[in-house]
Amino acid sequence: MRIGYYPGCSLLGSSREFDESVRAVCETIGLELVEVPDWNCCGASSAHVLDHELSVALPAKILAQAEAAGLTEVLAPCAACYSRLIGAYSELEKNPDHRAKVSEIIEMPYTGAVKVVNVLEVLERFADVIQAKAVQPFARKVACYYGCLLVRPPKVVNFDRPEDPQVMDQLAAKVGATPIDWPFKTECCGAAFSVTRTDLVAKLCGKIVDSAVKLQAEALVVACPMCHSNLDMRRPETNAALGKDLQIPVLFLTQVIGLAMGIEPKKLGIQRHMVPVAFNAPTGAQA
Amino acid sequence: MSSANHHESRPDTLAARVKAATGISLAQCYQCGKCAAGCPVSEEMDLTPCQVLRLLQYGQDKYDEKAMRSAGIWLCLSCETCSTRCPQEVEIPKIMDVVRAEALKRGIAHPKSKDILAFHRAFLDSVEQTGRLYEIGLVANYKLRSGHFMKDVMLAPKMYVRGKLGLLPHMIKGTAAVKRIFKRTLGSKG
Repeated sequence: MRIGYYPGCSLLGSSREFDESVRAVCETIGLELVEVPDWNCCGASSAHVLDHELSVALPAKILAQAEAAGLTEVLAPCAACYSRLIGAYSELEKNPDHRAKVSEIIEMPYTGAVKVVNVLEVLERFADVIQAKAVQPFARKVACYYGCLLVRPPKVVNFDRPEDPQVMDQLAAKVGATPIDWPFKTECCGAAFSVTRTDLVAKLCGKIVDSAVKLQAEALVVACPMCHSNLDMRRPETNAALGKDLQIPVLFLTQVIGLAMGIEPKKLGIQRHMVPVAFNAPTGAQA
Repeated sequence: MSSANHHESRPDTLAARVKAATGISLAQCYQCGKCAAGCPVSEEMDLTPCQVLRLLQYGQDKYDEKAMRSAGIWLCLSCETCSTRCPQEVEIPKIMDVVRAEALKRGIAHPKSKDILAFHRAFLDSVEQTGRLYEIGLVANYKLRSGHFMKDVMLAPKMYVRGKLGLLPHMIKGTAAVKRIFKRTLGSKG
């Protein structure tokens, strides 16, 4: 089986381990990733603030490139890329008359032939394969953190439940983890304010990390590079805001699944996290 | 909803611009306040989302201007909690985008928007130049634009040893086409 792949800019730099672990897991479950040729940035959390047309044109160009390459479905692991791609797709579905204008701007035909999917959606299709291949169960209590962009706006993404989503919890359970029931699954981490309003990010992440620890989770599990960098890289600021020293590690779901499938931790980029991936009791998968 | 809502009856009200740009009618909002209640940053805002909407509903220049001059509109993270919970399904983040763009166009954006804008402009500069985001270039450009030279200087070495910093930008083949996209959209509006 094959699927189009849009890694996006973060996965080439600050979130390399997300790219590494997605590729490693897909290889193991037999899903071939076909990278969209010569892809450009989706505009992420910046283009829409300054210009709406630009924020639709950049993702449309990516989807047009995928279409030209004969792809019908594109996996965007980064939740921000996913949100921008599916947002543009949805807008051009609702207003087919905008397609001509967009095609003119991007100098390529856009017909809406390519669908956009997130990483949870794709892995869910392989849930049984993943379960069968989980030879080293990840026997830990985990807090699955979805953030904003995978489940909202519900009418655009049309995926899982917007307030208490389940897919990541179910996948984590398939590989032996025990997902906790907790109230911060979809609370915002501060996203693109990481650099400009680190104080706000620390405050928002503080609530998330503190809640996960209080409910005795041993790891936070995410599927978004922005959530990851805020919860992991901004931990010193978060701990300072909380007045605590919380050392709960933050893993991408693909790393949890990869570890459970016995993939070498280095191949999954486990060593790249700021908060070390270490657990107290010596049971289950060890990084 | 009738098209004769007073705030949309004149084409130069902000509400009319919102309607033209997004198709959203401000008359849909009945001020229940659920957006402000769920917003993760509303306690930091001078005007909460529902207050911004209320100002726009008046359809008067002085209230439109008050909304555009607020600092709160720059704190909206587009997390979509508000629009998900809104009983009238008003897509508030899209309205925020229009209000911010208008504030910029008229040169009345709140001074607190400076750093946030510097970041977005630095981000888009990188995409315009190379087709992709170049993270080191983004941070360097942001520092120049904002004057926050010491911000996160201790973070870069930690990222480097973990292989999280790509030292060179990725130039895509279609860079010229991406530049033309910028010119036709953002560039055409000054």
